[in-house]
Amino acid sequence: MTRGEIRSLLKGLAFLSPWLIGFAVFMFLPIVLSMYYSLCDYNLLQSPAFIGAENYRSLIHDGIFWKSLRVTLLYAAISLPVGLVVSLGVAVLLNASVRGQSVFRTIIFVPSLVPTIAAAVLWKWMFNQRLGLINRALGPLLELLHKSPPPWLDQSAWVIPSLALMSIWSVGNTVIIYLAGLQDVPRELYEAAELDGAGKRRQLWHVTIPMISPVIFFNLVMAIIGILQVFDTPFMMTRGGPNRASYFYTYYLYDNAFTYLKMGYASAMAWIQLLLVLGLTGMAFWSSKRWVHYQGK
Amino acid sequence: MKNGREKFWTSVATYAALVVICALAMIPLLWMVSTSLKSDAQIVESPPRWMPEKFAWSNYRLAISSEWAHFPLWTRNTLIIATLAVIGTTFSSAIVAYGFAKIRFRGRGLLFTLMLSTMMIPFPVLMVPLFSIFVWLGDHTPIQWLGTARPLWAPSWFGSAFSIFLLRQFFTTIPDELSEAARIDGCSEWGIFWRIMLPLSRPALSVVALFTFMWAWRDFLGPLIFLQRPTQYTLALGLQTLQSQHGSTPWNQLMAASVLVILPVLVLFFIAQKTFIEGIATTGMKG
Repeated sequence: MTRGEIRSLLKGLAFLSPWLIGFAVFMFLPIVLSMYYSLCDYNLLQSPAFIGAENYRSLIHDGIFWKSLRVTLLYAAISLPVGLVVSLGVAVLLNASVRGQSVFRTIIFVPSLVPTIAAAVLWKWMFNQRLGLINRALGPLLELLHKSPPPWLDQSAWVIPSLALMSIWSVGNTVIIYLAGLQDVPRELYEAAELDGAGKRRQLWHVTIPMISPVIFFNLVMAIIGILQVFDTPFMMTRGGPNRASYFYTYYLYDNAFTYLKMGYASAMAWIQLLLVLGLTGMAFWSSKRWVHYQGK
Repeated sequence: MKNGREKFWTSVATYAALVVICALAMIPLLWMVSTSLKSDAQIVESPPRWMPEKFAWSNYRLAISSEWAHFPLWTRNTLIIATLAVIGTTFSSAIVAYGFAKIRFRGRGLLFTLMLSTMMIPFPVLMVPLFSIFVWLGDHTPIQWLGTARPLWAPSWFGSAFSIFLLRQFFTTIPDELSEAARIDGCSEWGIFWRIMLPLSRPALSVVALFTFMWAWRDFLGPLIFLQRPTQYTLALGLQTLQSQHGSTPWNQLMAASVLVILPVLVLFFIAQKTFIEGIATTGMKG
């Protein structure tokens, strides 16, 4: 390296230094420590004692671990595709030129501003079996069919679909990101498609979706990362119940760490979670070669 | 003419769909406000009414002043944490972003990729070791960490990957000629950053500040782990304690408390709406 190169390297590193330090202390060190703890018996009060792969071995035989993993994947299987499709649909509607467009956009975005805890309190009230707004509206209709209204958060079969339903209420962020992508699709493409006799539906399928596939991909990756760490809403709304039907992965991890003080065990769970996130996003990246089209920029 | 008529019906259908979706988005919030203004008797009234007969403002007073609720204190705590996080994140991220955007050095691309990939690491993975790091720091330095708000805002003074990314994208759009001219005039690198870049980047800086504030306002898991005494709680954590004892807190008061937690965020949103929407839109633009 020439002297000039060294100078600019030092200058660059100087500007990067806040992040370099932060990365080392709050990211790299924790990840390494987490790896080490996951191989230890560690309860915070005594220093960690090395026990090899024992934590991982016990996890395999831990029914609650598997249960929490199943709960999380079930929730992901519902809320991820539904969320992505619904928000894309809403974005397409919001992209149409109608009067009052900006008012619609604002209104649809507002729920995603609501802090999680406030949304949790609100939806607990909405889902309330007897007094909640949903069942008060559905009740009379279902009575005509001689059916009783759903128990929502109070029954294990219903709790995950309920939480997924609630998550769709606050997709505003995703909608805005889609919308930005939609606005970047060149108008000429639609005009050309129309000249070729393509109707609205075929334009959506053959022009819009391929053109915004990078945005869909981005939202997919963010959704995978976000959904695997769901903690707040089940913690606030159901305490993981009923019968652990909403005992999410991160909730069990949290309990192991801060309720039972099994830090080593929790760290093993954390590492499995990290590998899951990396594996799933890796799969998304791998599949993206087939369906994501980047324009030359 | 067929084309014209078809267009008309398409826009009618779009309009109808949008109205329905907006109604679904707003109904829960309206219901919350409505419940917050109802008396205990009116909550259970059947059929339910949207407009309370008489506004029961007392719910708000009771929610704020109930025995174990420390609303003014929680608001203060949240504001302190949010302010420190906003200043720290914006300032440090801008410095780092400048390095990534405007200084050419070996390994820059690699470090940038590394930084972006840290965004994929879930917080739950870090929380156990972070907890023990703060325990260790408390034992080995004169500063108390656990049971204070420090672990919640101190890390933000070392830049956040998301904000660095956002600011870097913005900095790269500022032409190099400006900084070149200043450099020839003998301006130092820091001077270029401080006196030329920052003033030009106000829109991007406000996006970062706004997002950080929103994030600090709604953060739950962090305060749950690091704060110990109810007097130190943030609003999010406070509202959680209020609602988890909801056997004793009636729904109308809970809704009143929730309205109070949402209100500042909504006000902020309406003041800075444009900044907001543009900011979110750019997050999806990494391509």
